Amino acid sequence: MSYQDLHDEDEVLFRPIYQTSRTFYVVVIALAAVFLFGLGCYIHQLFYGLGATGMDEPVSWAFYIVDFVFFIGISHAGTLISAILRLSKAEWRRPITRMAEVITGIVLAIGGLHPIIDLGRPDRILHLFERGRLQSPLLWDLTSVTAYFTASTIYLYVPMIPDIALLRDRGGKLHNFYRILAWGYKGTPRQKHALERAINILMVMVIPIAVSVHTIIAWIFGMTLQPGWHSTIFGPYFVVGAIYSGIAALVIVMVTFRKIFHFEDYLKEIHFRYLGTLLLVVALLWTYFTFAEFLTTFYGHEPAEMRVFLYKFIGAYAPFFWAMVFCNFLLPIVILSNKKTKTIPGILVASIGVVIGMWLERLIIIIPTLANPRLPYPTGMYVPSITELGIAAAATSAFVLGFMGFSKLFPLISIWETKEGREHSIHEVSMRLRDYLPGQRDEAGVEASVKAEI
Amino acid sequence: MPKYGMMIDLNKCTSCQACVTACKLENNVQIVSEDDAQNGRAMFWMKMLTLEFDGDYPNIRPKALPRNCMQCDEPSCIKVCPVRATYKRPDGIVAQIYPQCIGCRYCMANCPYTVKVFNWDRQAQPVQMEKTYDPDVSVRPKGVVEKCTFCIQRLQKASEKAAVEHRKLEPGDYVPACVEVCPVDAITFGDLDDPKSEVTKASRDYRAFGLLEELGTVPKVRYLNAIE
Repeated sequence: MSYQDLHDEDEVLFRPIYQTSRTFYVVVIALAAVFLFGLGCYIHQLFYGLGATGMDEPVSWAFYIVDFVFFIGISHAGTLISAILRLSKAEWRRPITRMAEVITGIVLAIGGLHPIIDLGRPDRILHLFERGRLQSPLLWDLTSVTAYFTASTIYLYVPMIPDIALLRDRGGKLHNFYRILAWGYKGTPRQKHALERAINILMVMVIPIAVSVHTIIAWIFGMTLQPGWHSTIFGPYFVVGAIYSGIAALVIVMVTFRKIFHFEDYLKEIHFRYLGTLLLVVALLWTYFTFAEFLTTFYGHEPAEMRVFLYKFIGAYAPFFWAMVFCNFLLPIVILSNKKTKTIPGILVASIGVVIGMWLERLIIIIPTLANPRLPYPTGMYVPSITELGIAAAATSAFVLGFMGFSKLFPLISIWETKEGREHSIHEVSMRLRDYLPGQRDEAGVEASVKAEI
Repeated sequence: MPKYGMMIDLNKCTSCQACVTACKLENNVQIVSEDDAQNGRAMFWMKMLTLEFDGDYPNIRPKALPRNCMQCDEPSCIKVCPVRATYKRPDGIVAQIYPQCIGCRYCMANCPYTVKVFNWDRQAQPVQMEKTYDPDVSVRPKGVVEKCTFCIQRLQKASEKAAVEHRKLEPGDYVPACVEVCPVDAITFGDLDDPKSEVTKASRDYRAFGLLEELGTVPKVRYLNAIE
């Protein structure tokens, strides 16, 4: 199979790389302006110190840490979902995995920067390497986030090699760039075999790393003695929350690019319905964890824990708490369990709700605990400053900009996997199905399919 | 090696806040602007903590206690510090290394007593303060965490003096500023490992208690309950 004859059928996937509309530039300029504003805010903070933020004595971690946990959560969209779908041989994954992996790469880079933005002395960041204490959960976090970033970038890159080879063969201005990145891939059987082996190893490796990352972020809080944080379920709770917001972010990205780049033929309603089901399952799981967490706190009724609990339920953070319950529980579950509303717009609304709700969840996990110290100190209400809001806006626009930049360099939907699906998988899946079913067994066919899988 | 500890007698304490002021002067603790103070950024190493109000208005009696760093024997702040900017000395004092602190504020988040304060920014100090600066205590830059160190500079001075005089450190040689200034001698300070020291005797009193002792932090600053 030569790569020249792959082109025509999936031309629509190449188009974003070669054609750029005017709106694209307008959006880029607008987002770049927001990003530069945020950058200015950070430079201001560098000179002025963290006094430029709204943080104060009991609430000594705020917006940046909330965003950090939130963004790292979103990053689970990619790698984990795509790895699980690949591992379970879900054929409908083919047009989805690439976008999911790109989310991971970009969001992880943004989220990983947040703890550095939050440092009082970013100039001393190298102390972490020089004299880091491995006993501190922050060091675990540093290790796992960098490991995850490395693994997920490789996991994004490796399955992209055949597509880069396609782009290289097409020539154009960036020919040399693609030539270097394509790593001499020509689609020979030996290369193909090596590629598949690499993808298989990576996808198995990346799952425990992804789970560990969010577990460790949860442990930053779970390992402390503070009421509302010191909880054994925090690790799995955060992982579930991360997958939850990850799927929602993935749906939003998919709907957006489907509309902009006319991928309707590739991202069909069925893909969204499957993702919607996945989202519903995780929504219920998240609800279960939340319920378990709050019920045990309430039943135990420890005074320090109860102060935090009441601060969330009826106190100053009640509006955020109940908004979270609406966004993360009522809205998605009502929309996704009803066949009439489980359409693409419906799933999009649910996903936007979940992303907002998960941000609120991170907010109500982090701030109420700090705002209610064990000893009776006078505490004020934390209000973020313009600096913090500016940096949050810049982070969001950096995410969109990153995605837009990616769409101009590489195909957003894996072309070779789509092609492979068309050429091999129909046969392979029917063989596999025949193997599952009782009755007649076509020995030769089953053998062939097993061989194809190995 | 001694193990320094402190007992604060709430029966004697009048909440006059002399210790709060003395601490602030002794350790060059930054004076923040009025706006910042209202936003909860006032910096105190020793702070008056109002626990509850007994009685009905107008005959109220506020129950307050002076709260410095508890100098825990099992400190939760040093456990989480990623760069060893806070550590426990062999004599039990939980000290800070300001040039090493990266300002992540994890120790602040994990201190159950919320004693750590952060230099949100560095502000111009009132001119009148110039004469009161303590040359033995380094001024902290912006972006680092600080807290009570049991006036460690006084220990340094006292042990140097004792070494020059070829003698061992005597019990009265070293006391923190808050102990020295207390007008009613409500604070006793000394070596907890020495069975004859005042502080050990006070700690055996039936009124003795530690703040949030149930957390297992083993505070070395403890209190004698106020009993009418």
